[in-house]
Amino acid sequence: MSTLYTRRTVLRGMGLLSLGLLAGCDDSSKLSFKYGKDLSDKIMGRNFKLKDAQGETRMLGSYRGLMPMIFFGFTQCPAVCPTTLARAAQAKKLMGRDGERLQVIFITLDPERDTPQMLDKYVKAFDPSFEALYGTLEETAATAKEFGVFYEKVPSGDTYTLSHTATSYVFESRGNLRLGLSASLTAKECAEDLLTVMEVC
Amino acid sequence: MTSFCVPRIKQLGLKQLALGLSLIGMAWQVSAQTQVSDAWVRATVAGQLSTGAFMTLQADTDSQLLSVQSPVAKIVQIHQMSMQDDVMNMGQVESVPLPAGKPVSLDPNGYHVMLMDLTAQVQEGSKVPLTLVVENAKGEKETINIEAQAKALGTMDHSKMH
Repeated sequence: MSTLYTRRTVLRGMGLLSLGLLAGCDDSSKLSFKYGKDLSDKIMGRNFKLKDAQGETRMLGSYRGLMPMIFFGFTQCPAVCPTTLARAAQAKKLMGRDGERLQVIFITLDPERDTPQMLDKYVKAFDPSFEALYGTLEETAATAKEFGVFYEKVPSGDTYTLSHTATSYVFESRGNLRLGLSASLTAKECAEDLLTVMEVC
Repeated sequence: MTSFCVPRIKQLGLKQLALGLSLIGMAWQVSAQTQVSDAWVRATVAGQLSTGAFMTLQADTDSQLLSVQSPVAKIVQIHQMSMQDDVMNMGQVESVPLPAGKPVSLDPNGYHVMLMDLTAQVQEGSKVPLTLVVENAKGEKETINIEAQAKALGTMDHSKMH
């Protein structure tokens, strides 16, 4: 009954969403995940504009039809960044054919040291489909703020390292934010929740 | 074991001898005080400036790991990573306590060795020499030379695969 009601309400009002329904999307405002955090009521990541390795401008809309999973980090990070990217690659494999729609996007928080070409090689070492994005310092700060991602430089001798939020943010194929995956989850746990997002849209 | 090996070494070429020794070094570095096992370094892509080294240390008496040096990096530091509310906090530490008889893991979830300002790309499968300085409670310093195996950049941390 509740599904019917939702459909009727949506069809009455909003043309765009009804298009989504025709494509088999479920517009439930809440989702229940076994491991991750439901971010369906959060509006984040709608405005970022960054560059890919080829210098092309990329925004959320560039990934329409795919399921973008966005993670922030830097290549000099020895621990959580490679572990999270390796986990993403493993989760993608565990999802089988559905994994083809998962688009992993790595956004550097260290554009001063991470060059576009090196970033691209770095993410593709985990999976050839992964993409890396970079911006100016200002664009990076604005993007992190939009996602509520914390990051700060930690001086370390003559150099520095970064502390940063390690959450992976997952959008469904129409660009609505749905899921937050903590760094503590395993690839299998992530894959299960990612498949739940795919059931929605 | 050693006495058994000695006569055989004569029959082996230098190359095999070196290989044999490096294999022993990789598997279980034994010294008077501190044992180092499962040492590995995360391989890098060209142009990547730093990476991490990981291993398990076990000291016979209460000791601490003071420093690490490596020819592959201009700067080597010991860092500690901690997670709080899914924020990864990273910072340099002065030393790592090694309580007597207790294995201490330097892994991607806690303490690790940072190899920074790399002099060259760390190729998967290569050997990375590391020199560790450990000090015991009496202030006696011990230098341990090991060779860590460079593993693929995408190596998962096994302690997390529960």
